[in-house]
Amino acid sequence: MVNDTSIQKHFATLPQDNETGYKSFEMGSFKFSRDEYFAYITWPTGSHMMSIDAFLRALMRDVAWGFFYGTVNFDPVFGTTNLYGQVEMFAGTYHDSYKEGGLDWQERFESEELMPMFKAMVSDWTVEGFDPFASPMETNDAFGAKNGDNDEAVQRARVTAKRMVGLDGDTPLRTDESGFPVNRMFADVDQSQPVVQAEPGFEDQVSAYNLYGYLSRSDVTWNPSVCSVVKESLFCPTTEEYILPVEHGNDRVEWFIQLSDEITWEVKDKESGKPRAIVTMKPGDVSAMPADIRHQGFSNKRSMLLVWENASPVIPDLIKKGESPVVPVEF
Amino acid sequence: MTTVDYKTEFGSVADFEKGGVTIINDNPKNYVFSNIYDVANTSAPYERVVVAINREYVIEAARAEGASPLYTNAHDEFVLCMDGEVEVELMKPEVALLPSDAEGAHLVEGEAEGQKMGRLVLGRGHQGLLPAGCLYRFSSVKVSVISVQSILGPVSVQKWADICQTEA
Repeated sequence: MVNDTSIQKHFATLPQDNETGYKSFEMGSFKFSRDEYFAYITWPTGSHMMSIDAFLRALMRDVAWGFFYGTVNFDPVFGTTNLYGQVEMFAGTYHDSYKEGGLDWQERFESEELMPMFKAMVSDWTVEGFDPFASPMETNDAFGAKNGDNDEAVQRARVTAKRMVGLDGDTPLRTDESGFPVNRMFADVDQSQPVVQAEPGFEDQVSAYNLYGYLSRSDVTWNPSVCSVVKESLFCPTTEEYILPVEHGNDRVEWFIQLSDEITWEVKDKESGKPRAIVTMKPGDVSAMPADIRHQGFSNKRSMLLVWENASPVIPDLIKKGESPVVPVEF
Repeated sequence: MTTVDYKTEFGSVADFEKGGVTIINDNPKNYVFSNIYDVANTSAPYERVVVAINREYVIEAARAEGASPLYTNAHDEFVLCMDGEVEVELMKPEVALLPSDAEGAHLVEGEAEGQKMGRLVLGRGHQGLLPAGCLYRFSSVKVSVISVQSILGPVSVQKWADICQTEA
């Protein structure tokens, strides 16, 4: 086991493989390669393999979310933890058996140095026709030898409204004309806009839009996007279909409000991965995700979920020091 | 090939079904699980019930029925209509009614004077801005449901034991 907190500076991109055409990558002492079906990860005390489609879907979220809040478990073995400015890459750190066997390993990187490597990897390993943001029924597969790319898909920018979607100078509404048709599973969602009557001089203060219509036009899944902001309180609604490609480990309390349809959440202990609860959410349901769990969602029909985050940078430290509880309220 | 006719399920105050927490090895209270339509069904009109809290920040749910009191704020808030139709009347007070660091929504007693800013009519799924420093009032002809992204304040009502799942 290594718990080295020094910053790793070794990065390398190796030439493309003669047989498959894919590049390999080195970050610290972690090494990454892929073939037609699998991603391979090695580190000094162990190795691991994942189906390449699952790996790319997880990698895509880690890139799009900027390492997100807390831990992004690609699967029960491999993942990253956001230290906000730095990132910890780990293997087996949150897996009891790997830890007991001494196979766990973690290394720390500067976020701004690791992110370009992750972006290069998702770009090189994503073939033409595969969109790691899309639901499985809306994309081709990720398998086979190197065949083009899909940079248009993997370089999508995450939507982050500064105040509210639709305000002048802020994130624009989605329309057919701007390339956001209504998703096939939301064809019945009302697209009418609210009545907005602003007196002269108040046009930038009197504003509303159809959030459900906006969400019905999302071209990505499991990708929370900021739609309204009250100081550090971020409304991050998203549309969900199939399975959240990662197990998200919380470093703060997070909240979910189910806006439409249904999601089942498997909740496990953040450190050990042992199951703790199953949360079934139907329209109008509200549930907290405590700061000491990891969770993964399953949605059999595309659904609308409001993810609500407190973006305060001080919370993880307060929780570590025991100065902020892992649950939002006690009653 | 069979074509699936997808139907998007939204809840309403008259027709909703709660999910729930199935415990494997935990305390159900840790999930603070409730349902906004259930809260609206069991609360007084415009009782701003906190259904989610993250330190000082809150999401309040309310049954919108008739006219609400007049509120003011010192920071932006956002209202989401989750059932029915709600009108929002917005005014700008002649002088600021709250210090700039005041948090949450505050009741305004009596008839406040202000310049008309405009109005919103929100249907299900519509989100509207309640801009910092404004006066606002909700009204709804029929029973409707709103949620508000805000900060814990004097009109926020916390009654967790009444609204949340407490047993496995």
